[in-house]
Amino acid sequence: MNVSAAVTVEGFVAESLATHGRDPRHLLQHLIRVQQRFSYVPDAAVEALSAALDVTRTQVRAAIAFYAFLHERPRGAFEIRFSDNITDRMLGSRRLIRLLIERLGLMGLPAWGRDLIRSDGRVSVGLASCTGMCDQGPALLINGQAVTNLDAQRVDRIADLVQEGIPLDRWPGEFFRVENNIRRRGLLLGNPATDGAALRRLLDEGADAALAEVERSGLRGRGGAGFTTALKWRFCREAPGTDRYVVCNADEGEPGTFKDRVLLTDYADLVIEGMTVCAGVIGARRGFLYLRGEYLYLLPHLESVLQRRRAEGLLGARILGRDGFDFDIEIHLGAGAYICGEESALIESLEGKRGVTRKRPPFPVTSGFDDQPTVVNNVETFLAAARVVQWGGYWLRGEGTDQSAGSKILSVSGDCARPGIYEYPFGTPVHRVLSDCGAENTQAVQISGAAGATLSPADFDRIIAFEDLPTAGSFMIFDDSRDLLDMVRNFAAFFAHESCGFCTPCRVGGALLRNLVEKVVAGQGSEYDLSEIRHIGAVMRQASYCGLGHTAPNHVLNTLDKFPSIYRRRLAREAHTPSFDLDAALSEARGIAGRNDPGAHIHALSGETA
Amino acid sequence: MADKPRVATVSLCGCFGCHMSLLDIDERILQLVDLVTFDRTPLTDIKTLGDCDLGLIEGGVANAENVEVLREFRRRCKTLVAVGACAVNGGIPAMRNQFGLAECLRESYCDGIGVHNPGIPSDPEIPLLLNQVHPIHEVVAIDYFLPGCPPSADAIWTFLTAFLEGRPIAFPYLQIHFD
Ligand SMILES: Cc1cc2nc3c(=O)[nH]c(=O)nc-3n(C[C@H](O)[C@H](O)[C@H](O)COP(=O)(O)O)c2cc1C
Ligand code: SF4
Ligand code: SF4
Repeated sequence: MNVSAAVTVEGFVAESLATHGRDPRHLLQHLIRVQQRFSYVPDAAVEALSAALDVTRTQVRAAIAFYAFLHERPRGAFEIRFSDNITDRMLGSRRLIRLLIERLGLMGLPAWGRDLIRSDGRVSVGLASCTGMCDQGPALLINGQAVTNLDAQRVDRIADLVQEGIPLDRWPGEFFRVENNIRRRGLLLGNPATDGAALRRLLDEGADAALAEVERSGLRGRGGAGFTTALKWRFCREAPGTDRYVVCNADEGEPGTFKDRVLLTDYADLVIEGMTVCAGVIGARRGFLYLRGEYLYLLPHLESVLQRRRAEGLLGARILGRDGFDFDIEIHLGAGAYICGEESALIESLEGKRGVTRKRPPFPVTSGFDDQPTVVNNVETFLAAARVVQWGGYWLRGEGTDQSAGSKILSVSGDCARPGIYEYPFGTPVHRVLSDCGAENTQAVQISGAAGATLSPADFDRIIAFEDLPTAGSFMIFDDSRDLLDMVRNFAAFFAHESCGFCTPCRVGGALLRNLVEKVVAGQGSEYDLSEIRHIGAVMRQASYCGLGHTAPNHVLNTLDKFPSIYRRRLAREAHTPSFDLDAALSEARGIAGRNDPGAHIHALSGETA
Repeated sequence: MADKPRVATVSLCGCFGCHMSLLDIDERILQLVDLVTFDRTPLTDIKTLGDCDLGLIEGGVANAENVEVLREFRRRCKTLVAVGACAVNGGIPAMRNQFGLAECLRESYCDGIGVHNPGIPSDPEIPLLLNQVHPIHEVVAIDYFLPGCPPSADAIWTFLTAFLEGRPIAFPYLQIHFD
């Protein structure tokens, strides 16, 4: 349990400040520790942090309000969050949530922004966006720790442990076991071994030669956008600035993506080596690994890898004995915000603020962390870069297509016999992945996450490559027993929840799309609503401020085009239907006036034809 | 004469400010009556609605009668326009949506300052209030939205003339900026 009377809030904050420093940019990290300790951020902590870090109370409160894992009011001593990705739902998470709620004596169902909190303060149940355990779900987080492979038995046991108040460290270890499930190894996964070879080559041949190898390889970013890595490094290197920074984007928030989790588990050395090589090339002395809060359980492991590498002379001052080659890495935790995967929001978050996207340009390569030149790359990109510098650019070019050198690591989940991690050369057709993972009667594939594209069988011959189907790695499979509208609902709710709220097309458009989809689901939708969906989706694509809003309507627009029947079969007969139940909207007035005559009702059918 | 487009207007849950703004077109009202025939509208005091080409709706939907009138307008008018903030998004009356209906009624008819004869009215003649105030597009399909509180007379004029001449509707910037 979290709360012990012995530690005061002020005392805890003072200790956190003493150990982790008074840099205002550490605000978020302090807040996360307070949250973990007290199950909320008490007013006293807001006051103490505001005073010590010289940030306004409003800023502190704004950060608490922004991050889904920070709270102003206490959550349960056991704070439970069910992962609510569509893949969790397909594995039966809704049933398990109901079961747990019932076992704990709670009422209702948790929803976005509405946690159920038991009155004795022992336990609370809420939702989380995809926690990255899609190949071993349904999953939940308890006090930030991931629990996988939920079934009725496990949920029953969890309810018992909560009732008995058993501290987490005495819970059965297998609850917290996370499997790697690597099913297909290629260029990158084939060999996890490293002994600092990339760094040695960097030091032997110099930064120019290393950068030339990255250039030769044609390596492009694996986080989604596919920007040429060498170009990014070169821009950063040549940008004017006093300091330079390397940031590893381990936010992995895209629903259905979990390959970075596996890379950080088994290939952390190579990832860190890639970051260190980058530091050598661009001349950075500090780096950050931004780890999504959902992967809190990886923190001790990653800290120990960093520590070991420092001891081995591969990190820290005078790397491999080279004067002037100093570089160290800090791990910063996220706190449940998908938008923080977007590089400029990530940097804001690194600086302790709300993760709201920045205006671009300037891009991070010229003005990133602390407004200094900064490289932000995905975990997989750093891993590939380390090997490219070690084995040379042609090594990567040995696989892939014209515009997409090398391989792509996919996170495969949904309806298939063998979900997990698959590495393929770029150029691999979708049907190959489907047959390898044992998918049958596949109705649709959602590629590159909720923000990606919905593929119908007509697309299964298309290839995974930047020139055809670019992907950040998520590959969710839906067989023909599924109602794809369940996926659409799930994603629409996800984007409405995750919009950072900065710009209207995404903040309002996302909510409107969600409401319209729900209206169709309820059998109240009309043709008119479908045209509204298209219209709003087009505005969001065109007018949103960042990639979240640009991609948020993809799933609805794609399914409207490719799977129109999932909408059509639910439409009401009228050309236009009200967006709420007119007669039910008179319920309060009927009660107050004590009337129930025919005049006190509104008929659903208007008889209109427009 | 009979061939002129027919126009109807109504104020649902609004303050009549949008109708006042329509009257603010001043002497252009004379041009307007040459261009159109007014059907049901507070300007003519005609209370029944015939088939129309254009319906202008002020105000949001707050009670059962609003629903009925709005639906009739939708049935009768080829083109329907939401005029003003209340019609477009509920506007000022929608501020009551933050409170329960009973709470609002108690404040108005029982507990408020200066209330005589306290008691919430109940009479079949009085339309029942909806739990919340809604923009009109949540009840029927709307073809055009004319924002503003109220939209300026010039904006209304621009809309009417463009619409009647069959031109695309476009406003000079100064007619649609609100600061
Ligand atoms: C809404 C949104 C979420 C994103 N999430 C991630 C993420 O979780 N991980 C990631 O590497 N990139 C993510 N990106 C892409 C990053 O902005 C950035 O392009 C990437 O980290 C650059 O690294 P790369 O060139 O190695 O791909 C996201 C972008 C957007 C718009
Ligand atoms: S599109 Fe706008 S509201 Fe949405 S996440 Fe980006 S900046 Fe925020
Ligand atoms: S929009 Fe403004 S002027 Fe028009 S009815 Fe509403 S409150 Fe009155």
